[in-house]
This record gives sequence, structure tokens and C-alpha cells, in this order.
Amino acid sequence: MTIDLILFFGIATIAVISAISMLVSRNAVYSALFLVLNFVAIASLYLLLNAAFIAMVQVTVYAGAIMVLFLFVIMLLGAEKVETSPSLPWQMPVAILLGLVLIAEFAYVLFGRVAQVGGELVGVGEGFGSPASVGRTLFDQYLVPFEVTSILLLVAMVGAIVLTRDDRKESR
Amino acid sequence: MNVPMDYVLALSGILFVLGVLGVLVRRNAIVIFMSIELMLNSANLALIAFARAMAPGIEAQRGHVLVFFVIAVAAAEVAVGLALIVAIFKTKQSIDVDQVSSLQG
Repeated sequence: MTIDLILFFGIATIAVISAISMLVSRNAVYSALFLVLNFVAIASLYLLLNAAFIAMVQVTVYAGAIMVLFLFVIMLLGAEKVETSPSLPWQMPVAILLGLVLIAEFAYVLFGRVAQVGGELVGVGEGFGSPASVGRTLFDQYLVPFEVTSILLLVAMVGAIVLTRDDRKESR
Repeated sequence: MNVPMDYVLALSGILFVLGVLGVLVRRNAIVIFMSIELMLNSANLALIAFARAMAPGIEAQRGHVLVFFVIAVAAAEVAVGLALIVAIFKTKQSIDVDQVSSLQG
């Protein structure tokens, strides 16, 4: 059992347990905090997979910006406690059944060797996954998609403002 | 990292299934939304794992670029989605998805 394997299983355990806790906790604030823990665990997994830049983006954008937005909306709406009794009694068993079917399909694809994955990993080249190297790839080959992404973010910002605008103030 | 690729992909699949279960079981719209983020994240994990499996070779970094774009799109999606949830809460005083079954305001 190498140190990498121990690290991987530790991080994977944290990720799975925090995901399950996110699902079962009644309070939405706890769910959001467990999701932050899950994102940080996955970011450290990215570091193990030689993706330093993506790990930092994950921490700043996901665990930082997006989850702060979630927490802000939860506290703004005071929505942390709503959860009525299920109106469909068969919903939970059917959902668990469908989840088991999905897991079985994943296991079939993964271990039935339908998809040819696996094998030993070889070492990475110099600077693989570093910010400088990923940035060079991004701006050399993917400059147009990058700019389109900026337009997309602008449109999303305008959309969010339009959706939450108070119409009564307009008529005054 | 000397971990077999299968383990990382299995973890990605488990996280994805947990996200699907969250969407199917919970009825708080914000928690459903967080489950969708969980699914996006597990897909990102699989992409990073495949990029690592393609190494060495700097072309494998295209996987990292794709993950970068996925994160940017997820940020846009969260902004619009949370604005929608706030707008629904303003009209319905609830974000229970069972209460929002009619489209007409």
C-alpha cells in the first residue's frame, strides 16, 4: 500500500461521506457547508492528479465564489428549514432503485471493460498542469472559446439582474 | 500518482450517483441545485483523470482546459439559477419544488 493509495482513499472517503451528509442533512446551510468540504476534497484529488491550476480554480471559484452565492441566497430567503413530508410515498424507493441501476451500469462499464481504461500511469512531463502551461494551451488553441465564455458570463450577469429586479419600482 | 485509473473513475461514478439521488429525493430547490453542482464536479473529476491517463504529452492538458470551461459555465448557471429561485420565492413564498408544479405565476 503506497502513500498515494492511502492519500487517495482518505480523500475519497471524505468526499463520499461529505456528499452523503449533504444529501441527508435537513438544514440547507449544513448541506452547503458539506458541499464546500466535498469541493475541497476533490480539489486535493486534482492536486494528486497533477492538475495544480484546476485545483486552485476549483477552490477559488467553486468552494469560494459559487458556494458563497449559495449561502447568501439560503440566508436571504430563510429557506434552510423548508422540507415538507413527501407527498409521493413511492418516491424514495424508486429513487434508490434508479440509483442502484445507475451504479450497476457504471460498474459494468468500468469493470466489464466495455470502455478501455486503466493501465499503469506514466510520469508527466515538465510543467504538466501548471498555470503557465495550461494558460499557454488556453490562449494558443482555445482563445475564441475563452472569449465566448466571457460573453456567456456577461449574459448570465445581465440575466440574473433582470430576473431579480423589482417590477413595482419600475412603474413608479 | 500510483492509483489505478479505475479507482478515480469509480469515485467519480459514486459521486455522480449521489448527485442523481439528491435530485430525485430532495424537494428543497436549493439542495437540488447543489446536487447538480455535485454531478458537474464528478464529471470534472473524470475529465481530469482521463487527462492524467493521457500524460505524458502536453496535449493532454486539453482536458484541463475543458474542465476550466465547465467551471465557467457552471458559474454562469449558478448565477441564473439562483436568480430564478429568488424570483420563484418572491411569488410563491416557498422553494419547495412540489409547490411550484404550475407554470402560471
